[in-house]
Amino acid sequence: METIFGLDLPTLWFLVIGGLITGYGVLDGFDLGAGALHLFFNKEESRRIALNAIGPVWDGNEVWLVIAGGALFAGFPLVYGTILSIFYVPFMLFLVALIFRGISIEFRGKEPMAWWRKMWDVAYMVSSTGITLLLGLILGNLIHGLPMNEKHEFTGGLLTFFHPYALLIAITTLSLFMLHGAIYLVMKTENRLYAKLTVLVNNCSKFFILCFILSSMVTLIYIPHMTEEFKEHPWLFVLPMLAVLTVLNIKRNIDARKYFTAFVFSSCITAILLILFAIGLYPNIVISTTDPAFSISIYEAASSPKSLRIMLLIAAIGTPLVISYTIFVFWTFRGKVKLNEMSY
Amino acid sequence: MPSVEILSRIQFAFTIAFHYIYPPLSIGLGVCLVIMEGMYLRTGIKMYEDITRFWIKIFALIFGIGVATGIVMEFEFGTNWATYSRYVGDIFGSALAAEGIFAFALESGFLGILLFGWNRVSKGVHFFSTIMVALGSIFSALWIVIANSWQQTPTGYVIEGEGMQARAVITDFWEMVFNPSSVDRFSHVILGSFLAGSFLVMSVGAWYIVRNRFVEPAKAMFKVGLSVAAVAALAQLFTGHRSAEYVSHYQPAKLAAMEGHWDSSAVAPMYLFGWVDNKTGKTTGLAVPGGLSFLTHGSFQAPVTGLNAFPVTERPTAVNFVFQTYHIMVAIGMMLIALTLAALYFLWRKQLFNKKWLMTLFVWAVLLPQVANQAGWYAAEVGRQPWVVYGLLRTSDALSKDVKANQVMFSLILFTLVYALLFVLFIYLLNKKIQHGPAMTHNEEEESDEFSKRNIKQLQNPEH
Ligand code: HDD
Ligand code: HEM
Ligand code: HEM
Repeated sequence: METIFGLDLPTLWFLVIGGLITGYGVLDGFDLGAGALHLFFNKEESRRIALNAIGPVWDGNEVWLVIAGGALFAGFPLVYGTILSIFYVPFMLFLVALIFRGISIEFRGKEPMAWWRKMWDVAYMVSSTGITLLLGLILGNLIHGLPMNEKHEFTGGLLTFFHPYALLIAITTLSLFMLHGAIYLVMKTENRLYAKLTVLVNNCSKFFILCFILSSMVTLIYIPHMTEEFKEHPWLFVLPMLAVLTVLNIKRNIDARKYFTAFVFSSCITAILLILFAIGLYPNIVISTTDPAFSISIYEAASSPKSLRIMLLIAAIGTPLVISYTIFVFWTFRGKVKLNEMSY
Repeated sequence: MPSVEILSRIQFAFTIAFHYIYPPLSIGLGVCLVIMEGMYLRTGIKMYEDITRFWIKIFALIFGIGVATGIVMEFEFGTNWATYSRYVGDIFGSALAAEGIFAFALESGFLGILLFGWNRVSKGVHFFSTIMVALGSIFSALWIVIANSWQQTPTGYVIEGEGMQARAVITDFWEMVFNPSSVDRFSHVILGSFLAGSFLVMSVGAWYIVRNRFVEPAKAMFKVGLSVAAVAALAQLFTGHRSAEYVSHYQPAKLAAMEGHWDSSAVAPMYLFGWVDNKTGKTTGLAVPGGLSFLTHGSFQAPVTGLNAFPVTERPTAVNFVFQTYHIMVAIGMMLIALTLAALYFLWRKQLFNKKWLMTLFVWAVLLPQVANQAGWYAAEVGRQPWVVYGLLRTSDALSKDVKANQVMFSLILFTLVYALLFVLFIYLLNKKIQHGPAMTHNEEEESDEFSKRNIKQLQNPEH
């Protein structure tokens, strides 16, 4: 099989998709977290500031989901079709939540009435929380594996998804994004809202650490295939160690009020957790709990080598462009949020 | 309960048709914004900044809904058409990936600067962002239309595997990109989008003029819209003709359905309007004798392949539907040309803005390109049936095996409710923004006084 940098094409494309999903988690993660915390701010002005902190960037952040989706479609069409149709109902709810998240940011400021704003505030909070929980739920089910027969047909029902492990991962994802969002907001605010957020950030970090410990332990004990790879390649243990160090660093920097550094670390922990997850799956993408032999591996699902090569080229040209204007936009809107006539 | 196939088709048709209200407006408005802001930078006249800001706000509203409904489209391929996704992923995927990375990222990235960057970046950088957003939306149309064109006229692939395991595998990227219909379809779709956006701008401008509000900015925006629309309306005739040509070449059954032509040994007329009886296979109406023969073969006497030449399982069954949607589009194309030419004529005679009847027509004409865009897609997509990938994969084979009818029913109801709400909110907020009008840089009251004075003068002395 053809290799580049010693990696075969399906593996490379697996990495690309992982990178895109990580990008989405890091970027939209703070928008979603900020959304989930939205109702903690009870003053109109605080809510507007919180919205304006993500206002110019959330749309661009969401695009990472679109690109990751496209990349999965392109690289592993079989997986794309299988996962999306298995998770049909959760996914439809996810899409509707995405719609509401988008329009509530957009529409909230368009009318002065208090009920109008309150309504969109609630819609914004509920949809952001919903998106995060559904993402976590899907992730949890993928880590755990799904009942699938030899034709890769799903044999479970809707209730299969509400496995306790999946629920735990959903909560953990929520706690992570809330922490990430709170750190982002505290970076972007000043005065009273800032003071309020410094407390909130502390609570979020405690909540996250609790979830982190719990889900790590449950994974170690109950999800054997997540640890197999580590037994074969002991050096991989560096990663869980790194995860623990990163979490400690988040806490330390929050205590020291070094929020930018804390933000870097909370971005890192998102990435590390996803990497651990990817290592656990590889070379499969969808694991069958019925019989491991019915799982879908990246080799079975991959597009043709030619197609993968073309798309790697597209990604190689496109990614630097995307990253450069992402940086440009973030740079343009750096600093603390100030309200003006163009604000929400 | 209806079958998964019927429900999935209804859901796809509904969600794409709803999505397709917004992209053409975004694309068309994008171009108008570039022109408005460009005029501001060139002339330094404040009024151009006012109308640019005004239209950017409306653009944001439209764009937001376009994005929200577009994400649904992307994932629907996987949720409802899993077999299709597996079949075409090798080919379709690269177009979709390119779309995301080159187009969506560009438009969404710079949108923030467009909206919130007025005080943060220089005028030049702001203008640059406007151009990037406009370009991004055009690029995204490019890639999605390429993917759709490949489905209509597939090239640059081989089929690997058999039966339900078969899939199309790419052999030549550029051949896939430049498949026989992509260039003509793209130009046709883009011009259709320019028409949608520019007619919205003109409609709002005309409404202000009829109501005698914001008259100066209204004239300026009307002229911007007209300049785009005039070019696009005329060029659309040409690209539409090119489209009909490739359809006659690559999808003769679709062409026959569009024109309601049944008998292969007969000379084919071209109907101006008519009615097709799907059961008896008869078409009646007012026609140019031999018109279609001339269009396809360059001769009024040549016979044209008719629907009867195809087995029923290999041609569209909703012939009247295809016929009507196609004819509505063409009729609207002619109306748009007539409208823009009339406007140009009166502009040249310096009477345009005093012609109340014409302005009133333009207020309503915003619906025409919308209807034509929808009708065009319906003709193209329903005319393609029963194939989802022409000649290769049947729509009925393209479904997800894991999805049950009640699930699709659930999502269909969900989307119907959510989209109905979205549409109501959209119309409400759009109306509100239009009522509010462009912010005037000077004192409002003085301004409107001045305007009405100027207007009275104008009515007495029609020059502008
Ligand atoms: C002629 C152009 C055109 C056509 C045929 C389509 N779209 Fe669309 N789409 C756009 C033109 C566009 C756009 C102009 O780029 C949008 C509309 C809203 C907006 O203003 O951006 C957009 C938004 C948009 C988004 C959100 C992008 C973002 O987050 O910024 C997605 C995922 C899609 N579309 C996907 C699709 C799919 C899967 C389609 C086919 C089934 C489709 N679109 C048809
Ligand atoms: C935005 C413009 C588009 C419109 C308005 C449109 C319209 C439609 C309509 C009306 C149907 C239903 C046909 C029927 O039920 O008989 C349909 C089906 C479909 N279209 Fe399109 N289409 C558009 C773009 C696309 C694109 C870009 C693609 C893919 C590349 C696509 C792929 C499909 C598929 C997979 C179906 C479902 C199968 C079927 O019923 O044919 N469409 N579309
Ligand atoms: C002026 C005369 C026109 C002619 C002769 C014409 C011709 C055609 C033809 C033959 C098709 C089918 C292409 C296919 O099935 O592959 C088509 C599709 C379409 N038309 Fe038109 N058209 C005209 C005007 C318009 C106008 C004014 C609009 C919009 C404002 C429009 C929008 C569309 C769209 C959106 C499609 C579907 C996309 C595509 O397949 O190209 N058309 N047109």
